[in-house]
Amino acid sequence: MGEARLSALTVRLEEHRMARKLKLNIFRYNPQDPDSVPHTDTFFIEETERMTLYIALTSIREEQDPSLIFDFCCRAGICGACAMVINGRPGLACKTLTRDLPEEITLMPLPVFKLVGDLSVDTGTWFRAMNEKVESWVHTDREMDPTVQEERMDNALAEEIYELERCVECGCCVAACGTANMREDFLGAVALNRIARFILDPRDERTEKEYFEVVGTDEGIFGCMGLLACEDVCPKELPLQDQLGILRRKMGWSAIKHLFRLAK
Amino acid sequence: METIYTDLLSIGAGLAGERVAVEAAAAGFESICLSIVPPRRSHSSAAQGGMQASLGNCAMGEGDNPDVHFMDTVKGSDWGCDQEVARLFAETAPIAVRELALWGIPWNRVVTGKSIYYKGGKKFEKVEAKEKEGLITARDFGGTAKWRTCYTSDGTGHTLLYTMDNRAVELGVTVHDRVEAISLIHDGQTCMGAVARCLKTGKLRVYLAKATLIATGGYGRIYRETTNAVINEGGGAILALETGIVPIGNPEAIQFHPTGIVPTHILVTEGCRGDGGTLLDVDEKRFMPEYEPKKAELASRDVVSRWMTHHIRQGHGVPSPYGDHLWLDIRHLGAEHIKTKLREVEEICNNFLGVDPITQLIPVRPAQHYTMAGVRTNKDGAAYGLKGLFSAGEAACWDMHGFNRLGGNSLAETIVAGRIVGEKIVEFLKGYEMQIHTAVVRDCVAADRERIARLTAGKDGNEDVYKIRNAMQDQLMDKVGIFRNGKDLQSAVESLQEIYNRSKKVGLRSSGIGASPELSLAIKIQGMLKLALCVAYGAYMRTESRGCHSREDYPARNDRDWLKRTLATWKEGQDLPVLNYEPFSAVMELPPGDRGYGGGKIISADGEAGGA
Repeated sequence: MGEARLSALTVRLEEHRMARKLKLNIFRYNPQDPDSVPHTDTFFIEETERMTLYIALTSIREEQDPSLIFDFCCRAGICGACAMVINGRPGLACKTLTRDLPEEITLMPLPVFKLVGDLSVDTGTWFRAMNEKVESWVHTDREMDPTVQEERMDNALAEEIYELERCVECGCCVAACGTANMREDFLGAVALNRIARFILDPRDERTEKEYFEVVGTDEGIFGCMGLLACEDVCPKELPLQDQLGILRRKMGWSAIKHLFRLAK
Repeated sequence: METIYTDLLSIGAGLAGERVAVEAAAAGFESICLSIVPPRRSHSSAAQGGMQASLGNCAMGEGDNPDVHFMDTVKGSDWGCDQEVARLFAETAPIAVRELALWGIPWNRVVTGKSIYYKGGKKFEKVEAKEKEGLITARDFGGTAKWRTCYTSDGTGHTLLYTMDNRAVELGVTVHDRVEAISLIHDGQTCMGAVARCLKTGKLRVYLAKATLIATGGYGRIYRETTNAVINEGGGAILALETGIVPIGNPEAIQFHPTGIVPTHILVTEGCRGDGGTLLDVDEKRFMPEYEPKKAELASRDVVSRWMTHHIRQGHGVPSPYGDHLWLDIRHLGAEHIKTKLREVEEICNNFLGVDPITQLIPVRPAQHYTMAGVRTNKDGAAYGLKGLFSAGEAACWDMHGFNRLGGNSLAETIVAGRIVGEKIVEFLKGYEMQIHTAVVRDCVAADRERIARLTAGKDGNEDVYKIRNAMQDQLMDKVGIFRNGKDLQSAVESLQEIYNRSKKVGLRSSGIGASPELSLAIKIQGMLKLALCVAYGAYMRTESRGCHSREDYPARNDRDWLKRTLATWKEGQDLPVLNYEPFSAVMELPPGDRGYGGGKIISADGEAGGA
């Protein structure tokens, strides 16, 4: 047996000796089941190396309780499906290593969104409505002509747009938002960031006035209390604080211009 | 029973499904997409690298055109593709990319001047032309003569999917998310829609449609180790197979990737090896040079995967609670290189492993990656056997990939096939009226109700659905993986038949009420096993090696006997698929030849044995 192999085994033995028994307190409620009442179930699981909450929850479902409802899709931090409240903080479960958490882990579904069951919430309906409301598409009269070369764009601008386009609609910023938790009609940082993305994009021919109509309200930018938990919890580390600031200034000026025009 | 009528029903709302729906909606047809997850979470988002289109704007893509793209695609497929489809695809790809620019994709653009790039661990310089400044640029991907892969930084699939769903919202395409189709409604001739289960409430619903599209992606999750998202369980392929009429094309054509991280099998890019990363075993010893003295870690994807599997089987793997693995070592590339050129890799290691690749080794092993196989269609995307049924994207065997798909051609296929099949569906819908036989709908719903009731009550037995699935995955991974041979394949077929029979005795352990994940899997499990049997049996019968299908006992590509596509159908009451064959391509624009990589012997169509 090679020396490296021996040392690898020794390390594994050490790790094994030190393996923690994790205690997971998980919110349970199945709204479709008349006998179900909201409560917490506790599960124990032996921690293994490099364990994420994806590995832990999948193992609990398959080996302890097949009725446990939660969402994973890409399990690689790309799709945004697995957002939940992890020890009090919204985050992506697939991206959470158990070794970064204490032995006792409490998992709750995201607030604001409608509960599907246990840790699963209906983000699809919420985000579709949001995308319809902010008209999340390039508004243009130009038609596709297959014989014509594409319009040019500066690469730096393309990258700037991409930076804001990285949002995965996981819902963490909405769940962590003071305003969104108080008023149902608040658009949330995700929508404001989306508008900021289209304002940057020269292909979108909407005017400032048209943007103002979408976000220049208390449902939009003026409802933001500036608590900025949205940026703290964003798993993609989007510059939400900057975008909210820029948008507030832009829309503020827009409001003043609007008033001025009314006064005239 | 809630019943919904529509012109187009797309089962799946990833890139291919939505692209088709967008085409139909733009032509004024009512379009509904069903999706088991919100559409923007579809697995299309995970294709980070880019999509191939021969725009030829960047310096390293100069002189590129659809002819070159066509040739790369046919060679890549190891002459297993339909060449008419590959031609159609290559011609349309540049238009599809430009169209997406109009819809809002922030494609990376040509930046004039000198820049540095790495290839095979070496540094090179290139100069971008002034007159190309601001046009859509491209990056390098394996198996292509030119730099052809258009991209948006490290998130091409993501931006494509978001832009496509934006377009769907704009055009009023309805998406019913968290809805899973569980059977197709058909009378043996015409498809009339699908029965679906709501994954929020558990309720069944009927969708009646003039055109039904299967766009559910690949079926990687029938394998134990896969880079695919957890939703890629083959739902669409199962729907087709269970009609007893519609065939799966080349079920055995499955691609593997050498470096999935352990335990989650998230893919880390080949760029790691391209830039000089090495593979180590349990003794932290480099082993690839022993097997491939010239190319070592830089040998092709399949070759590296094969030797890794071999080395683990020889007992040189690193033991772990998740099974044996190997190490990927990029430490010697240095912090600066890793933090700039391999940033995604660093993030994946930090976030999903808790490993710092600058100072630590990365646990990896080969994993299933892509299904070239799928619902067999003609070049219009119409499925064989049922009128009104179509398929597109990874779910389909259209068939432009044959036995090996090139990087950047999967994302491109979703958009290009979506556009072409969408146009054909619009033509089909114009003036088409469908007769709905209520008795057919009634019987179909009754059968689905009955099987759910039996599963919930445990009437047929109490087999644990997760144990059945795991047993299936083990068989495929261990015996129908990268290396294949007659003995193992036969054993896999026999074991899978036994597991298939057990799967008929699954009973739920939970109540099955509402969004029950256990019931979702239980409904699919027999279908998954049928699919697994198609893969194993198709591989057993194909006594040659072609592309990703590597038979140790038949190492040559055999153009004399095997220039033909497997078509697998499932007859009710059987425990093996029926296999038929058809020629790969009616037209051979590019006659079979040597790929120029991958090595291996070729038995030519006239019976001569050649080599490469």
